[in-house]
Amino acid sequence: MITLRDLKPGERAVVVGWAGSAPPIRLLEMGVMRGTEIEVVKLAPLGDPIEIKLRGYHLSLRKQEAEQIEIARVGSSA
Amino acid sequence: MSEPAYERISAPHVPPQPERLVALAGNPNVGKTTVFNRLTRMRQKVGNYPGVTVEHKTGSMLGPDGTPITIIDVPGTYSLNPRSLDEEVAYRVLIGAMEGSRRPDLVVCLVDASNLERNLYLASQVLDLGKPTIIALNMVDAAEGAGIQADAGKLSEELGVPVIPMVASRGQGIEELRAAICGPLPIPARRRWKLDLAVEEKADALAHRLERDLPALSPKQRFSDALRALTQRGASFFEVHHTPAFWSEVREAREALERAGVSSEQAEVVGRYEWITPMAGRVLERTSLPKATLTDRIDAVLTHRVAGPILFFLILAVVFQSVFAWAGPFMDAIDGATASLGDRVGASLPEGPIRSLLIDGIIAGVGAVVIFLPQILILFFFLGLLEDTGYMARAAFIMDRIMKRVGLSGRSVVPLLSGFACAIPGIMAARTIENQRDRLVTIMVTPLMTCSARLPVYALLIGAFIPAGALFGFLGYQGLTLLALYLLGVAFAVFAAWVLKRFVIKGEQSVFVMELPPYRLPRLRDVLWRMLERSKLFLTRAGTIVFAVAVVLWFLATYPEVGPKPEIETRRAELTQLLSGTSEGERSAELAAGLAEFEDEQAAYALSESAMGHLGRFIEPVIAPLGYDWKIGVALVASLAAREVAVSALGTIYSVQDADETSSRLVDRMRADLSPRTGKPTWTPLVAASLMVFFVLACQCLATVAVVRRETASWRWPLFMFGYMTALAWAAAFVTYQGGALLGLS
Repeated sequence: MITLRDLKPGERAVVVGWAGSAPPIRLLEMGVMRGTEIEVVKLAPLGDPIEIKLRGYHLSLRKQEAEQIEIARVGSSA
Repeated sequence: MSEPAYERISAPHVPPQPERLVALAGNPNVGKTTVFNRLTRMRQKVGNYPGVTVEHKTGSMLGPDGTPITIIDVPGTYSLNPRSLDEEVAYRVLIGAMEGSRRPDLVVCLVDASNLERNLYLASQVLDLGKPTIIALNMVDAAEGAGIQADAGKLSEELGVPVIPMVASRGQGIEELRAAICGPLPIPARRRWKLDLAVEEKADALAHRLERDLPALSPKQRFSDALRALTQRGASFFEVHHTPAFWSEVREAREALERAGVSSEQAEVVGRYEWITPMAGRVLERTSLPKATLTDRIDAVLTHRVAGPILFFLILAVVFQSVFAWAGPFMDAIDGATASLGDRVGASLPEGPIRSLLIDGIIAGVGAVVIFLPQILILFFFLGLLEDTGYMARAAFIMDRIMKRVGLSGRSVVPLLSGFACAIPGIMAARTIENQRDRLVTIMVTPLMTCSARLPVYALLIGAFIPAGALFGFLGYQGLTLLALYLLGVAFAVFAAWVLKRFVIKGEQSVFVMELPPYRLPRLRDVLWRMLERSKLFLTRAGTIVFAVAVVLWFLATYPEVGPKPEIETRRAELTQLLSGTSEGERSAELAAGLAEFEDEQAAYALSESAMGHLGRFIEPVIAPLGYDWKIGVALVASLAAREVAVSALGTIYSVQDADETSSRLVDRMRADLSPRTGKPTWTPLVAASLMVFFVLACQCLATVAVVRRETASWRWPLFMFGYMTALAWAAAFVTYQGGALLGLS
């Protein structure tokens, strides 16, 4: 299963599930849930955290959180 | 979860409040401050909610018929579910359960049109409270810029409450909002989102049970209260207003749901978004294709792999440079004003203890704190600018990886760096850290960053005991020493953070999830206003305690009073006799010089016999291993109030009136001082080094202790901070002095 961590900047995906036992509620509240489309914008200068775009806004989260988000690629953005 | 005592959500006999109370809620970064400032036109009061650190801000505006309306600023949060202190306070303010505020009559929920989906999550929680609610749809211009047209009418239809489109930064829609606030209260909307059926059933049962416990609540409020109890995890920061019987029912319901494989927390969030996502699709119309926004273009530079960190340090360098450079003249002016105030008071009062208490105690003591005001103003101005433009989140984004190493997050970077100017704004800036554990650790280590109050002490000691030469011809030893002291502070802050996080301050591991808001042109007025607000907090908070301590220190340094030292009196008589034969002009000049000398000596004698002098001698055995004698002990005791007081205390001890760090007479006397016991100099470069190390690490700042007490709402943490920092300072100074001595240094 690929997770959000495996995406490169510019790639897009849809959240399909959670690798951990339960999704962190904070991520759910920020709108990251099954079916949400996410685009990886960039990595921080030191490689962590990552910046993602979802529901029209930008969010940063650490790779350890990204690892918990299982995704399916939907093709890269133009 | 603790079983709290039963407490009514509202007192039954509250007299009718004629004045309308309006709560202004919304996500962070939606321009809430601007709306609040525009509505209230800066008629505001800022304080803290009792017992907690969250800011309590109210303002007032006039209705069209001149009736005053109070607006309460609810902390900006993403959710009303209590996962952070801010969220809990926001919820309690909205339901009127917060001590010090009554139940609002109307809620204005501000949402960002350019980020509607996520903003509507909070809005849906607000609507569930069953209060009359108005939605203020802000930043419709930003949405249009991104090619999105938000239909306020349609949104109003979907939500069932009035929606007012606005561009608060330009003042558009403010008058409409003002009129709506003053108008008839809108009817609360019914809940339109669907909850997982199993959870709904349990929440309904619990809400029914609340009907008996809390008859004052409306059915909607009871349901949202029950759902909240059901989805709440972890202990609440506040006493909860439910009975133990209710909690045991909640526990049973939760267990039943868990057995069925249903997470009530998840069900609540997902249920709301399942309603919001399609609704946002109906409300928003895409008018043009998405294109790279201005924010994307700015971020291409500011969070660039190479340019990002460089610019980050450049921006910081400019900020801190201005804090020092721009504040200088103002600090001198305050210094001058303090002195002239002292002179004027001195001229109008007769010689005596009251005059001395006023001038040497209160004016000098409070002046020593007020002098930091310019630095605080400038730092807060820049911090406000960085916050309002959206850069602060980028700074955290860039630095998070490094801060993670010591167990903190990027959020701690700015408070810690603010500590370079003064720990107090740094500790106050830690409010922006969502995770309470990270926040506490940050507060605990911020005072280890080298603040500007240490500078006078360093300047005095470096100037006196570090040679002026240069390494490789251009790296001055004095400058290098100063740099080393700064780095030592940083190193210990990092070390202390790691230890505290690992062994002392336990708690849940934080999930670092941070919004990167679009860059926005800050509104200068908002930035300046916040700067003034924060400075006022600094003055009143630090001022009251410093005032008290200044008085105490004055008493310690003045009493018990001793008469003139016989030896000095004899010599004074001798001098007068000796000069009686010389001519008039010569005599008076020499006499005056001699008398001034005696006065200085008498002051030193009085200090050494005072309680402070005795304290210095009392702690001498403890500080002797660090290389200090009782005089340095006096300076240490005096500097408990504020570090830079050490300089003026040394000035008094060495009988130099009005000593400052550039006083060469003080330096000369310190260098010439011989220990009466060993006959060797009291001050050596090694003693100076040991003392500087002590100052790097010790918590000699009562204003900091006072602010930590305020920010953590307990005495536990400030006392712990004082204890650990003092122990650390002693140990490091011990190693410096004894280690240096072993190496044959002096």
